[in-house]
Amino acid sequence: MAAKKPKVAVFKFSSCDGCQLSLLDAEEEFLAVAGAVDIAFFPEVSRRMLKGPYDVGFVEGSVSTPHDVEYIREIRKQCATLITIGACATAGGIQALRNWKDVKDFTNIVYASPEYISALDRSLPTGSFVHVDFELRGCPINKYQLIEVINALLHQRKPSIPAFSVCLECKLRGNVCVMVVQGIPCLGPVTQTGCGALCPSYGRGCYGCFGPSDSPNTAALAERFSELGETKYDIMLAFRGFNAYANAFRRESDSHEK
Amino acid sequence: MKNRTIKVDYLARVEGQGAVLIKTKSGQVSDVKLRIFEPPRFFEAFLRGRKYSEAPDITARICGICPVAYQMSSVHAMENAFGITVDGQLRELRRLLYCGEWIESHALHIYFLHAPDFLGYDDAIQLAKDYPDVVQKALKLKKIGNDIVALLGGREIHPINVKVGGFYRVPTRRELAPLAEKLKWARDAAVETVKFTAGLPFMEFEQDYEFIALRHTSEYPMNEGKLVSNRGLDIGIRDYEFYFEESHVQHSNALHSTMKQKGAYFVGPLARFNLNFDRLSEIAQSAAKDVGFVPEIRNPFKGIVVRAIEVVYACEEALRIVESYEEPTAAAVEVVPRAGFGFGCTEAPRGILYHRYRIGDDGLIKDAKIVPPTAQNLGTIENDLRGFVAANIDMPKDWLTLRCEQAVRNYDPCISCATHFLKLDIEGS
Repeated sequence: MAAKKPKVAVFKFSSCDGCQLSLLDAEEEFLAVAGAVDIAFFPEVSRRMLKGPYDVGFVEGSVSTPHDVEYIREIRKQCATLITIGACATAGGIQALRNWKDVKDFTNIVYASPEYISALDRSLPTGSFVHVDFELRGCPINKYQLIEVINALLHQRKPSIPAFSVCLECKLRGNVCVMVVQGIPCLGPVTQTGCGALCPSYGRGCYGCFGPSDSPNTAALAERFSELGETKYDIMLAFRGFNAYANAFRRESDSHEK
Repeated sequence: MKNRTIKVDYLARVEGQGAVLIKTKSGQVSDVKLRIFEPPRFFEAFLRGRKYSEAPDITARICGICPVAYQMSSVHAMENAFGITVDGQLRELRRLLYCGEWIESHALHIYFLHAPDFLGYDDAIQLAKDYPDVVQKALKLKKIGNDIVALLGGREIHPINVKVGGFYRVPTRRELAPLAEKLKWARDAAVETVKFTAGLPFMEFEQDYEFIALRHTSEYPMNEGKLVSNRGLDIGIRDYEFYFEESHVQHSNALHSTMKQKGAYFVGPLARFNLNFDRLSEIAQSAAKDVGFVPEIRNPFKGIVVRAIEVVYACEEALRIVESYEEPTAAAVEVVPRAGFGFGCTEAPRGILYHRYRIGDDGLIKDAKIVPPTAQNLGTIENDLRGFVAANIDMPKDWLTLRCEQAVRNYDPCISCATHFLKLDIEGS
């Protein structure tokens, strides 16, 4: 007899909704996936919201308010396995750019009545607060990698998600290097693959959607950028993007700030 | 008469986090709040000091459902600041990309977020058990929209191929050609969707709205046009801030946008349709007329049918562009940044999306203002809830709660966008 379907929940924190929508964007696989699990809590998709505990929880978005901190701790208690999806949940997301500023100044810029707004000083990844069982990177995540993670869960094996760089993926695709040949700054040598080396395939430099690859030599790449005529400010911005608060990128961008 | 509370703590099948709270006292609606607890993300603040060229990639991250809209409004604003015009086949490719987003976003809303309300299901997964063919076809239609975005943009969510001045790489004729057969199928599926949605049971509910949309000299509006309304508004987009303002209300992390001295207004498919019916293609017009849809439609529950009519249009328009495409000589026009202000306003699937930037002579963003469509509809959604509950005050609470949720979903609200947005409590004191 088939095993009981795992009870799955999808939670949202500060984010654009793109990563959880990736599941609906897997149009050919969506109904098969929905049939293999019990979707118990996924507000974006259903009014049916069952209480925990859950077998698996997927978390999208960064922790950025005092309420978020309480919420993620409660979710951890409710989920046997906790998986974070996307750059917001794994690295704090683009909204982590506030981590270098005073959040009060930011509130004043956007909102006329800042006293109504409750926000933490920093936007942080889930892993800063609770244990995470698996992190799926990307801004956005790759839907096929998400399906691989779900498939691995169903079969109780480790997901097969490569941690090598975009550079390697580019070679596999047979792309001509945009940095060597055209002198376009590219984060491919230090960024984890997952996108399929998309940007270089379209003639632009990688901008780091999947965060730092395994053992990235960011300093050497920054030096190369400098030789290509990039200013310190340019280099700081390059590392301070959608995965700005991931350790390797954060350190490199900080070292180029005056 | 008793006091009641209608409360939805976590509104389902919308993008982002919102809640609804409605209170009635002695048979009158005393309070309506569309509470938005989606955390603020401060995009306008951290855009300061970033390069003009980064705006399309950064602002795309405001919304995972309509990233193309953010990319389009931002590139148009930058080009406006620098005095650049992007026309010919590059302009056509942008329109094709936008058609792709309209198709995928509307198909998602029609079948996955909204139709379950009309048919009495919690979600499309349950719907699929009784109507497998409908849901399979919906997924196929949505996928064709996404195929366009992925081909032109590199991927469905947060495309990487859009830049100020055009694209990083343009497709060959050969690459675009296979879309034609898919689009013919999609156009026919969209015509069927119009019939399917028009057959749904609708609430009797009409309000007197000021509809606002872009209007272009010859096209159904997407990237360009003047801002017009059914009550005489007729302005250029750079005058937007003279006529509209944002205010901050305590129950919401989203700003409410209103017309100065006038208040709430209505943007999105219904506004576009009512103001631009004459610009729809022949097949889209006849699909609309066949189900009795001609302007002015003032029942917001019928927005689902208008979305389907727009899908017919988007499929036809995409097909026209694919079939007449000729590869441009360059993927982008040359961009020389200069100091100044730039304005962009395009028709996102949910309505007008306004961007304004001030750029320094170093090409860095000094100041940014972004007004998403949902922020512009918030006041109107609250007015609808007030009117709808008042008209149905004696109905059972469960029925009323569900219909209030449906009334919010009429607008396909994107709360993630508006937060810079939403939660339903209906409560009796």
